[in-house]
Amino acid sequence: MNSTQVSTPARTATITWRLATVAGVVAETPRARTLLLDVPGWPGHRAGQHVDVRLTAEDGYQAQRSYSIASAPQDGQLALTVERLDDGEVSPYLTDVLSVGDRLELRGPIGGYFVWDVALGGPLLLVAGGSGIVPLMAMLRHRKAALEIGDVRARHNVPARLLYSSRRWADVIYRSELTRLAQDDETLDVALTLTREAPPEWTGFRRRIDRMMLAEVAWPPGERPHVFVCGPTPLVEAAAAALVELGHDPALVKTERFGPTGEQR
Amino acid sequence: MTEPFISRGFRGRRQGAATAGRLPPGQYETRDFPVLSAGPTPRTSLATWDFTVRGRGAPTARWTWDELQALPHETVTADIHCVTKWSKLDTVWEGVSLDTLLAEALARGVESAPYILAVCDGGYSTNLPLADVTGGKAWVAVTFDGAPLAPEHGGPARLLVPRLYFWKSAKWVRQLHLMERDEAGFWESLGYHNYGDPWREQRYSGDR
Amino acid sequence: MNGDELRASERQSVDEPAGEAERLDGNAAAGILSEVFVPDLTTARATCANCGAIRVLGALLVYAHGMGTVMRCPSCDAVVLRIARTRAQLWLDLTGAKLVVMPTAAAPSAA
Repeated sequence: MNSTQVSTPARTATITWRLATVAGVVAETPRARTLLLDVPGWPGHRAGQHVDVRLTAEDGYQAQRSYSIASAPQDGQLALTVERLDDGEVSPYLTDVLSVGDRLELRGPIGGYFVWDVALGGPLLLVAGGSGIVPLMAMLRHRKAALEIGDVRARHNVPARLLYSSRRWADVIYRSELTRLAQDDETLDVALTLTREAPPEWTGFRRRIDRMMLAEVAWPPGERPHVFVCGPTPLVEAAAAALVELGHDPALVKTERFGPTGEQR
Repeated sequence: MTEPFISRGFRGRRQGAATAGRLPPGQYETRDFPVLSAGPTPRTSLATWDFTVRGRGAPTARWTWDELQALPHETVTADIHCVTKWSKLDTVWEGVSLDTLLAEALARGVESAPYILAVCDGGYSTNLPLADVTGGKAWVAVTFDGAPLAPEHGGPARLLVPRLYFWKSAKWVRQLHLMERDEAGFWESLGYHNYGDPWREQRYSGDR
Repeated sequence: MNGDELRASERQSVDEPAGEAERLDGNAAAGILSEVFVPDLTTARATCANCGAIRVLGALLVYAHGMGTVMRCPSCDAVVLRIARTRAQLWLDLTGAKLVVMPTAAAPSAA
């Protein structure tokens, strides 16, 4: 998996459950943690795909949830970023209990619809709310790794823009990395919007994503960008509707709804 | 894998053994009230809502919301069991007994039959033997826990048949069809057990 | 995907498989569909038998009910596909789809 080729692994068998080992953990925000996993026999994945995680208690009780892959296909380890939901059954285990050295049952990669790789071209427009950033981060990490081996002109063929909504600065997942990525790459624009509280010197957006904000940030529809929208269902539906109203081809707007709402975030 | 993998330190959200005797085989108790749905929540206004019971032939017994509310209501305390393994104990409902509704329907000329198909807003359906909804075993429920039944839990009215797995307690119920022949409903036609007795763990088609 | 958030409901703060207003995208059905089909079915195109709309399965609305996965047409809400897992079987009802067209393994996998 250290190949720098962009590959689209063909699936020749149904996906089976595997045991991954937690090799590292990274605290991203007070509520979100990244798990770095070694997965024997991992067949590779495409940015945007997810895995199913299954937990089993001693008496046989099982709970299963899906988590987006945060790492680029080119990365050596599989990364999952999990946001803790206080009333969750699985997420608190993954953020609070699971430790380096523990094993985790998972299967994947899953999903061929909400995926992007450099070979599909751009421009690329990414719209995220909360932990919806995870699969989109995989796309940005993949883009960076793929373009690093190409020349600068390749980068300009796949320009990218991210609009990312969070409640507060402290909740912005991957914020240092996103800042760095945007600084180092003039063909990547990152726009953040904070919906609850902003630091005093904040110059970014300060409201929920709406049509006006999208009109400002998005590529003109004539550019025919590939659009990926991910986050809580209400945000995704509002953003997707606004993008279509602005003239974007619905066939190019792909959505991944995470479920409900701001209440949980 | 020869032995199933156990996740170190994982317990899940389950309660202790105090209530174990009240749980059918394979069930876990929950204090929450999970929402499971196969489609968007229907939102029918009470002004247009009605409930009908019909059999073969013409006569249809119909109640508007106000007419349903005017019928005698009962308070029902029951344990409910979902085939997805959660059980909720001592749930409290209020509603009109199906005995009341069926007696009234027959009095209005609706023809009786041995099977029921319940049909709901949104297209959901489930089937039951008439014998399992009569004799104080089933209600059209309109309140839960003292409050009007919320839309995501089946409001304004749902079927309540606590003796069977809870998929039989059809949310957003609007019609009862009395049928000569049993006709499989939404889940019964997709591999679930036709009858669904939690105490015999009749979850899937083929379970004895 | 973010696990629990997928299933939690704002009204009862419950993290249990499936929730209703929590309609998801067809991608959420990819896991269970992968148990049936080797090609990734979420990139297949289905014609809604009710209204004729043609969509990639990934764009259907998924109600990931704990008892089964129900995929509905975003245009008319009719059930296009439903699938349930019983003890040793997967039951698949495709009667809501008039036609399903999927790329073969030999085809480029771009959706």
